[in-house]
Amino acid sequence: MTITEYFELVFTDYTLRTITLGTAVLGAISGMLGSFAVLRKQSLLGDAISHAALPGIAIAFLITGTKDTNILMLGALVSGLIGTFWIRGIITKTHLKTDTALGLILSLFFGFGMLLLTFIQKQPNANQAGLDKYLFGQAATLVEKDVILMVIVTAICLFILLLFWKEFKILLFDEDYTRTLGFNTRFIDILITFFIVLAIVLGLQTVGVVLMSALLLAPAAAARQWTNKLSVMVTLAAIFGAFSGVFGTAISASQNNLSTGPVVVLVAAVFVLFSFIFSPERGILFRELRFRKNRRDLQLQKTLQFMYGIAKTHENISHPHAIKILNNFQGFTKKTLQELEEKDWIELNGQQWAMTNEGFTAAENLYNQQVPNV
Amino acid sequence: MEKIAVQIDDLTVAYNYKPVLWDIDLTIPEGVLMAIVGPNGAGKSTLIKAILGIIKPIAGSVTIYGKAYTDQRKLVAYVPQKGSVDWDFPTTALDVVMMGTYGQLGWIRRPGQKEKKASLEALEKVGMLSFKNRQISQLSGGQQQRVFLARALVQNASIYFMDEPFQGVDATTEIAIINILKELRKAGKTVIVVHHDLQTVPEYFDWVTFLNVKKIATGPVKQIFNDDNLTKTYGINYKVAVNK
Repeated sequence: MTITEYFELVFTDYTLRTITLGTAVLGAISGMLGSFAVLRKQSLLGDAISHAALPGIAIAFLITGTKDTNILMLGALVSGLIGTFWIRGIITKTHLKTDTALGLILSLFFGFGMLLLTFIQKQPNANQAGLDKYLFGQAATLVEKDVILMVIVTAICLFILLLFWKEFKILLFDEDYTRTLGFNTRFIDILITFFIVLAIVLGLQTVGVVLMSALLLAPAAAARQWTNKLSVMVTLAAIFGAFSGVFGTAISASQNNLSTGPVVVLVAAVFVLFSFIFSPERGILFRELRFRKNRRDLQLQKTLQFMYGIAKTHENISHPHAIKILNNFQGFTKKTLQELEEKDWIELNGQQWAMTNEGFTAAENLYNQQVPNV
Repeated sequence: MEKIAVQIDDLTVAYNYKPVLWDIDLTIPEGVLMAIVGPNGAGKSTLIKAILGIIKPIAGSVTIYGKAYTDQRKLVAYVPQKGSVDWDFPTTALDVVMMGTYGQLGWIRRPGQKEKKASLEALEKVGMLSFKNRQISQLSGGQQQRVFLARALVQNASIYFMDEPFQGVDATTEIAIINILKELRKAGKTVIVVHHDLQTVPEYFDWVTFLNVKKIATGPVKQIFNDDNLTKTYGINYKVAVNK
């Protein structure tokens, strides 16, 4: 199947449609909530939570014996939340720093989860196969009811986001201040964290424990590059996430045996790369271009300044001088002379140059940066 | 006798068993412009944070006009240290000032025209109106400090707590800020400022508290801002030229 065939099929084929919709919705909710994680400088929290969810999946299976996704996800949710509260507990109750707490819980829970998975695999029970798909995710197992659940959670999340928008924003920016205004910052904080955990758990089936945090962070990191407005950033992140889901599914469906989760994450990474390079204000490319332009302008100004120094000593400022005398000066090139002439700051005549009145005034005011106060 | 704006009794705060503030009793009368001075680690910021309920004290009580802080929030505005937030946050100067109205609005209600108008007025007062749509990371340190001040002004409080508002600002901004503080005092407000520059204390403030874990002294600058108290607070034989 080629990509174009995929896009023709996506509207008719039930399985493809379900998977595409699922990854798109997942990308959207991850992007949205990922923005908050990134702005709270809790990027690694997502990684810790997703890893912390693994033992929950295994325990849910051991208790119930079913592989019903909803039950396994419930287990993941519980253990993800426990992991999160332990992390917060370690940070507030001990001297350990955030990164240590995250690393500790991540590896501890993940190790325990892996232990349980291998234990389950040794069981003489035919039902046990396939739990390891939660490690890297398997989008192909998405069915309609999974997608419906994702849509419902996303809708609730969106509603809460709009309802508490003002509170989320101020908490993200200045937590102490928020508290002095009388808001219960703990409640807002727990609300945000709960939805982040929820989004991560939703993504485990599709993207898996190991890669889920990338889907949370990549769209948000990409979106931050394009805007200085929180609402735009969250919207963009949701769009980037959704597109990563759709394109990722398209690519993996059109190439045999490419597993969807990693492809979705890679597409999201392409969004990040593109944004880092090409975003107009923060991107590397335009920053470099601006830097070069500044350097060129500075060179021009230096040359003009030098000429000004010469012209100043003459009664007639437009008295012509030989271009040769500029050769001692480093900033000068043929090109700068031409540019200066284009600006009407100097006149060129054979091997001579002469300053114009405009050029003289421009040079005079070049570094007179009289910034009006207040 | 004048009204008491802030009354602190037996306030003790500790981080990890080490006391940062020890048994502070402090009465701040209404309408003063007060500096809190003391060396690094003296607990100046902590004192403000404990008054505002950001940090939980292990003992003691704080009242604002005779009632608990939680009942009097709307009378109090806070200017945190500029460095306490990430200025790369995607938002504009006006947006930050609008946050000052959130407390009055309460949960869920969004700011409207009235709040926007008040925020624009506050921006104008600190001379930042032309920067209203500027992304906050593109503001200079002094401008950021002014935005924080405007955010507190828009709260229209009776008592203002400011944590080092003069830190890292140029002379122009410092004068602009102190003029606003003096205006606040003229309007009968109480202003409490964590301050570092001892030289400017007599010029800027009319009330001062010396703090170094314990309260050393508090009172009118004219009476208690002297070498004796400075030496007790800073531990070295501090000589400062005070215009008496």
